[in-house]
Amino acid sequence: MSGIIKIENVTKIFGPHPTSVLEKIQAGASKSDILNETGHTVGVYDVSFEVNRGEIFVIMGLSGSGKSTLIRCLNLLNQPTEGRILIDGEDIVRYSGKELQRFRQNKVAMVFQHFGILTHRTVEENVVYGLEVKGIPKEERKQTARETLATVGLEGWEEKMPGELSGGMLQRVGLARALANDPDILLMDEPFSALDPLIRREMQQELLDIQSKLKKTIVFITHDINEAFKLGDRVAVMKDGQVIQTGTPDEILNEPADPYIEDFVKDIDRSKVLKAVQVMSKSLAAVSLSEGVQAAVKEMESRKLTNMFVVDDDQKLQGVVTIDDAIRAREENKDLPEIVHQDYFTAKPEEILQELIPKAAESPFPVAVTDETEKLLGVVRQTSILAGLT
Amino acid sequence: MEAAVDYLTNHFQGVFDALKIAVLTFLYNMQLFMEWIPWWVVILTVFLLGWRLVRLTAGITFAALLFLIGTFGYWDMMMYTMAIVLTSVVISLLLGIPVGILLAYSKKTEAVVKPLLDAMQTMPSFVYLIPAIMLFGLGKVSALFATVIYAIPPVIRLTNLAIREVSKDMIEAALSFGSSRRQLLRKVQIPQALPTIMAGINQTTMMALAMVVIASLVGAKGLGMEVLISINRVDINQGFEAGLSIVIMAIIIDRLTQGIANRYNYKKE
Ligand SMILES: Nc1ncnc2c1ncn2[C@@H]1O[C@H](COP(=O)(O)OP(=O)(O)OP(=O)(O)O)[C@@H](O)[C@H]1O
Ligand SMILES: [Mg+2]
Repeated sequence: MSGIIKIENVTKIFGPHPTSVLEKIQAGASKSDILNETGHTVGVYDVSFEVNRGEIFVIMGLSGSGKSTLIRCLNLLNQPTEGRILIDGEDIVRYSGKELQRFRQNKVAMVFQHFGILTHRTVEENVVYGLEVKGIPKEERKQTARETLATVGLEGWEEKMPGELSGGMLQRVGLARALANDPDILLMDEPFSALDPLIRREMQQELLDIQSKLKKTIVFITHDINEAFKLGDRVAVMKDGQVIQTGTPDEILNEPADPYIEDFVKDIDRSKVLKAVQVMSKSLAAVSLSEGVQAAVKEMESRKLTNMFVVDDDQKLQGVVTIDDAIRAREENKDLPEIVHQDYFTAKPEEILQELIPKAAESPFPVAVTDETEKLLGVVRQTSILAGLT
Repeated sequence: MEAAVDYLTNHFQGVFDALKIAVLTFLYNMQLFMEWIPWWVVILTVFLLGWRLVRLTAGITFAALLFLIGTFGYWDMMMYTMAIVLTSVVISLLLGIPVGILLAYSKKTEAVVKPLLDAMQTMPSFVYLIPAIMLFGLGKVSALFATVIYAIPPVIRLTNLAIREVSKDMIEAALSFGSSRRQLLRKVQIPQALPTIMAGINQTTMMALAMVVIASLVGAKGLGMEVLISINRVDINQGFEAGLSIVIMAIIIDRLTQGIANRYNYKKE
């Protein structure tokens, strides 16, 4: 893990003479004092943090806390008043016009809150905009457009005009346009805020799916703590132009550094944040087929369990057995495959509790957490869900 | 004013002569084309354009109205007038669109040029004939010059406005992908501005037509001249027919250019 983005003491002041105000802030004047005395707005003040390669880094904060100002510094749509922004070790603040153009063409792409879709171009022409600017040949552009549109679930919409698309679809086009450029870094400024809640959840999930394949470095802005914790590997909380806490969702949830953050955290619905992987028990309560009925009974008795998952030698899930069945099977000399039940539920590790609750309620068995290859990773019991929620 | 014109004629006579020749050559070829093109091709084209751009009944009406001008015996005059109008519109656009873009980019230039445009539009149109005659003498070139000056403000104004009003979101999106200034202009600003620029072209064309009629005072032949002659002769009948022909041209040009403008009006976000 290395810091692909390193932000060092970045300050951004809006107004006619931004540098003239720097001293005043350093002397400790507040944002509102400065606005009243000099007419300058402090957008961001003295922010430093690092973003690791391949992570989703979420910046969260109330409206006006400087999130947009900060993310727009990362592709120099805002020129910082002071500070350094190192991307792969290069200070982009010092870039000349041509270098900046090349940087924007190759390293970063942005997804906008209001989509920023070009209404005079078809969906496909929008998606290839960045490639066109770079001078990529037409055939290649078409190919990339088709692939990226498929990635965001818009195959077949190539020739449509943006006016015919819904908000959710427009943002898919925005995402496709950014992905088509194959940037190292994706900047997303409240990309889902303009969408209604259902579409929004769908897009969040899709972003996670895409990210698990593409492993980009994503800086994601939101004012919604649920969204922040669902998506973020790490989260930075902003207030009045400053970052007041950075950490994993767990760290922030459990040790809010500030009353402001505590307020945020209060709002949170833990069932929307906690993931299966965080509440599952990993001490593998599973027996393998080769170990047989005898081992299963012994294991369940010693752990005081009424049921237990069965896996093969590769840890792949085969079913679940109850202790009663197992004891009977031992007497009747039956083997494990004959007594396994299949009516259990599985969940992916990143599934949130909210989705687990109905599964846990409907089945007498715990929920099995598996990866893509059906390997058993852990078990979520009804009791662990309750424990996680309180 | 006089001193300025004197200065111009004394020092830039060569430039004006060259301009005159270029403009005349263009106009001459335009006229040749207008004379060469058979009348039924014109009517058919206008019918098709009217049909496609407006609607079928409009196409039929336009064709019938053009036919009517033919029956007045003013076909050649109309084509002649059309040649001057088209030439001045082409010149107006070649100058006006770049100037409009320039204004959109620079507040200072806008501050200087805008009052000038206001003044140009409030002055009575025949005022432009005087410097035109001083610079180019009597004849077609003066008529063209006066027409261009009179007709150019709308296209400048609306180009400026249109480029300024392109949504910030789109411009930022384009910039964030590393567009150069030229790419931004070509791929985003101009296409986005096009519907409004088209409205400017429509207005410019209408004003050019109006001015060409007045410009016949300085020696441009065509329908305007016919009106003038019939006024002098107090020939009400001829005056009416020539006047009506001009009105018909105006209607057709207006509807067709508006039709084109509407085509470019893709739905805004
Ligand atoms: N171009 C600008 N000129 C002047 N002030 C600005 C500009 N952009 C932002 N600001 C100010 O900077 C401060 C931070 O704004 P910013 O847009 O970064 O907030 P935000 O956290 O993104 O809020 P939101 O959630 O509403 O998008 C605000 O006080 C805003 O008024
Ligand atoms: Mg914002």
